Amino acid sequence: MTIRFSLNGETVEVDAPPTTTLLDWLREERALTGTKEGCNEGDCGACTVMVTGEDGARALNACILFMPQLHGKAVRTVEGIAGPGGALHPVQEAMIEKHGSQCGFCTPGFVVSMAVGHLRGRKDHDDVLAGNLCRCTGYAPIVRAAEAASDAPVPDWMRDEPLDVPALGFAPESSDELADWYQKHPEGTLIAGATDVGLWVTKQHRDLEDVAFLNRCRDLQQIDVRETSIRIGAAVTMSDLAPVMREHHPSYAELIRRYGSEQVRQAATIGGNVANGSPIGDNPPALIAMRATLDLRLGDTRRTVPAEDFFLEYGKQDRKPGEFVEAITLPKNAPDLRCYKISKRFDQDISAVCGCFNIAIKDGKVLSAAIAFGGMAGIPKRATHVETALLGQTWSEETITTVLPRFSDDFTPLSDMRASADYRLKAAQNLLLRYFHETSGHPVSVLEVRA
Amino acid sequence: MSVSKPLPHDAAALHVTGQARYVDDIPLPKGALHLAFGVSQVAHGRITSVDLAEVLAAPGVVAVLTAEELPFHNDVSPSPSPEPLLAVDTVHFVGQPVFLVVAKSHLAARKAARLGKIGIDPLPAILTIDDALASGSHFEDGPRIYEKGRADDAIQAADHTLEGSIEIGGQEHFYLEGQAAAALPQEAGDMVVYSSTQHPTEIQHKVAEALGKPMNAVRCEIRRMGGGFGGKESQGNHLAVSCAVAASLTGKPCAMRYDRDDDMMITGKRHDFRIDYRVGHDAEGRISGLSFLQLCRCGWSMDLSLPVADRAMLHADNAYHIPNMRIESHRLKTNTQSATAFRGFGGPQGMVGIERVLDHVAHVVGRDPLEVRQLNYYRPSGDASGGDISAKKKAQTTPYHMPVEDFILHEMTDALITNSDYSRRKEAISAWNAKNAILKKGIAFTPVKFGISFTLTHLNQAGALVHVYQDGSIHMNHGGTEMGQGLFQKVAQVAASRFGVDVSKVKITATDTGKVPNTSATAASSGSDLNGMAVRAACDTIRDRLAAFVAERAQADVGAVRFEDGMVTVGGQSRTFESVVADAYMNRISLSATGFYKTPKIIWDRIKGEGRPFFYFAYGAAITEVVLDTLTGENRILRTDILHDAGASLNPALDIGQVEGGYVQGAGWLTTEELVWDDKGNLRTHAPSTYKIPACSDRPDVFNVALWEGENREDTIYRSKAVGEPPLMLGISAFLALSDAVSACGESYPDLEAPATAEHILEAIERART
Repeated sequence: MTIRFSLNGETVEVDAPPTTTLLDWLREERALTGTKEGCNEGDCGACTVMVTGEDGARALNACILFMPQLHGKAVRTVEGIAGPGGALHPVQEAMIEKHGSQCGFCTPGFVVSMAVGHLRGRKDHDDVLAGNLCRCTGYAPIVRAAEAASDAPVPDWMRDEPLDVPALGFAPESSDELADWYQKHPEGTLIAGATDVGLWVTKQHRDLEDVAFLNRCRDLQQIDVRETSIRIGAAVTMSDLAPVMREHHPSYAELIRRYGSEQVRQAATIGGNVANGSPIGDNPPALIAMRATLDLRLGDTRRTVPAEDFFLEYGKQDRKPGEFVEAITLPKNAPDLRCYKISKRFDQDISAVCGCFNIAIKDGKVLSAAIAFGGMAGIPKRATHVETALLGQTWSEETITTVLPRFSDDFTPLSDMRASADYRLKAAQNLLLRYFHETSGHPVSVLEVRA
Repeated sequence: MSVSKPLPHDAAALHVTGQARYVDDIPLPKGALHLAFGVSQVAHGRITSVDLAEVLAAPGVVAVLTAEELPFHNDVSPSPSPEPLLAVDTVHFVGQPVFLVVAKSHLAARKAARLGKIGIDPLPAILTIDDALASGSHFEDGPRIYEKGRADDAIQAADHTLEGSIEIGGQEHFYLEGQAAAALPQEAGDMVVYSSTQHPTEIQHKVAEALGKPMNAVRCEIRRMGGGFGGKESQGNHLAVSCAVAASLTGKPCAMRYDRDDDMMITGKRHDFRIDYRVGHDAEGRISGLSFLQLCRCGWSMDLSLPVADRAMLHADNAYHIPNMRIESHRLKTNTQSATAFRGFGGPQGMVGIERVLDHVAHVVGRDPLEVRQLNYYRPSGDASGGDISAKKKAQTTPYHMPVEDFILHEMTDALITNSDYSRRKEAISAWNAKNAILKKGIAFTPVKFGISFTLTHLNQAGALVHVYQDGSIHMNHGGTEMGQGLFQKVAQVAASRFGVDVSKVKITATDTGKVPNTSATAASSGSDLNGMAVRAACDTIRDRLAAFVAERAQADVGAVRFEDGMVTVGGQSRTFESVVADAYMNRISLSATGFYKTPKIIWDRIKGEGRPFFYFAYGAAITEVVLDTLTGENRILRTDILHDAGASLNPALDIGQVEGGYVQGAGWLTTEELVWDDKGNLRTHAPSTYKIPACSDRPDVFNVALWEGENREDTIYRSKAVGEPPLMLGISAFLALSDAVSACGESYPDLEAPATAEHILEAIERART
């Protein structure tokens, strides 16, 4: 089936196997070698391209972007960031002026990320560039360039329009079509942002038989803010979720700010992060601590389960063949929620420990407690022993100290390349202390300290 | 004159538009083949069988080669000790190439490479420093020992003594462009090789041996690398030789690039070290005796480990005059990737050792570590011109008996203390720490004295080839390679200055063993020192011919001819450079010349540890402020102030770029960059998902970098100094600032390990509190 999209302003039609990546296609079929392969897993940003859909322009990693995801979109590579006749984009001029390139290999990816940030009026350069690694410059001159270019007008050629295209057989246009397809292909693979499935192909060399691409299911991409709850469609990307959470759940929003990188957040969906059942996904602990529920759908049959019950054991979820996560429902208010992500690096890193706390205090005593962790077990898991020990107790450092040993009743974490079991357990305990100190008004975040 | 102008990188406009071409971007002729290695999954063992039937049957596979099928030398070693391209009989680490797949696409080759069945009888694997010590597994006949004075006696006689040990992790280069090569067969069996390499001559040499050809049958070309950092000094040999052999056997162009995971699994990294120390000092912190035991994990093959370990010894003093000092260095052989060159080449590890000692001594005597550092500095060098004999006489010597004649850290330190407002901030940090229970700040100062020259003396030579075409345009070539450091632009600025023309007149061309032969690796920070001089010599030869020609015409003295602002002036008459060149061509003046340079004054006996291994020292100083979380060990760099000595800079913008980038890379090495091997010898951190180099937000919030105003006292190119490696070691200040912040948690010395990951910091906090 023919995939049609616009490439640097020119409409192209492509017949390619569905798991061909945009990066390979650009370099091998189009000889557009400005887009680089740095890691082939979406962690370095050297392959960043701009993809414009109906909801605007996104910076995405071409190495884990499958061709069908581009159907109807407009793609702009580094070769298309300069204008007709070679006029440089303001970020390109600034990168030269501020000495933002040294070896130059990461530069095309930076330029595209910067150009997309510039188009969207972003000033949070560290977040815009969190997914672009540079080994030469130490980033300072790159950020200087981003700042220098930020007030320049957006060049006309940057305003791409998506294309009007016919449906693709393997890219359902609605959740109804998806439900129908998945019921008929229960062993098939659903691909939303491909930030995980992409690696099955580029690193594990898996051949995926039946695949369905979800990015055209508009009804799965809606966020419905209701009176007491928020219903989030499973295909809402993390970047689209962020502003809504900033308003209602600022601590969760801060966790989302550090979720993957800009390119990953622009592609990854909350449903994908939940449904793949990873014990180190960052959304599940927050959802569990908020007592969120999942809407599951098999054909026309729907059911709702608490988020924490969905994760049965490592690699196994409460999901029947052909059943998919359709939406996630959160409480609209959870003022006691705090989310803590511990990783070797602040940005673009997988958590060693992700702890989310939602503890209500009334008259100085613990009224209720929901505490959930990622990275501490084979599944995202609640700290039920700790919660039970806290209930009804006076909310004090002394109480917490007496409760800390309960963590080993809840968790027997593993040692791996991210952290040792000892560190995980210790950090998890200390995060409860952090929660206490933070909610008592003490500074606890190194991210908020300045020289 | 274009020298000293802050011009952009020569390829900046190509970088930002995606037009800069790297090896894997070069269009290959139709029918080109692609390669991938099948590698060992076992750290040490005897190969009992290699079943490649499935590999051969895989889609797109054209051929599979094992060691037996290689036509000539099976060797990619950069050292005198052999290192096979493909394993013979025994495998020595997880990731060692065993067979080579030749296929019609990169993906087909990678997929097929996983289908090989390699039968291996495991042998005991030596993985750690302790394993190697226990089994006596090392390179060279025994430890190297350099000594000045009598360290043991001095320690014994001292008022105070202390002992300690520090683990220093390795570092993955993480050049953004992975290793890559391509080979194009030529007539009569000749070979053209494109290789992402810092050392084209070695590629040429190794390819020639592998093809059974003389070196003149092979030409290696490299326009630019997407980062090198030492990781492309020897580690590209495997790919280039594989491409050449496969191209020779198939008659087709062959290309190879490592997928990132393969790159990290196969190639060497920075050596990890354990450094034990015994110190004798007085109550003020003045060190009288110091003994180091440097244990260096080299991996399975020799590669460049001997000179790396030597350089660690040569930087065990850093900026400090220790009257009695002994350094014992063990080069341990283990069943892991063969550790290799990495920016600083052992120097950083040696320097971490001595900086830890200064920090520890200061803690024990209860003084500001900065003051203890100043107390132990080498004596000021006096008159920088070197003419004052009494000053020269007074120069103190290093543990390898080289006088330190150019020591400028006293002045630099004073300037940095003032510029960074150090004293006030140090007090403010104490006050802040007293008020904050959970978060703690720290601040630390680190000086750098780094020796410039290859310690293998014969490498300190360079060649250049310069043409002036009849239209006045200039074609410049030299043996140095461009990996992002801006070498090509700096050397082009030299060429433009010699001819008095704008730098845009100088065409920068790819490094090519057919143009300049017998080159040294672009390494040891030597690129602009060596190649700048060689290009100057070539330019001056042509310029002197032009001057003689013009002077003769004008009946003037040759010495009166001036080349400035694009004009050639003599006897009050000016002509454009272009018209003079056109005229010279018509008058049959040769407009092409080679240039050559060898570094003077150096002499070195690496076995005795005596001589002058370095032409001069480059200096730098940094102050870093950090904050950490005592509950989790999370931390950030808040502010960094740097003053760095690049002599009379050839290009201050590019030099500041080296300083900023080097600092962040050094700080990354000592904080978040952790290499983890499991107990079977598998590297568990083999992709950016698990190996964390600094990201954008990890740079210091406040980052003030300035260059020290001063010329190199030695006669280098325009009195500049080398700047590639030294700034990396300024990152040690981030590590020591973290140690300082940990010290705010308790009385005991925290013994922080490197890298200072959040986990290691939490452990150190517990130690500080005991």
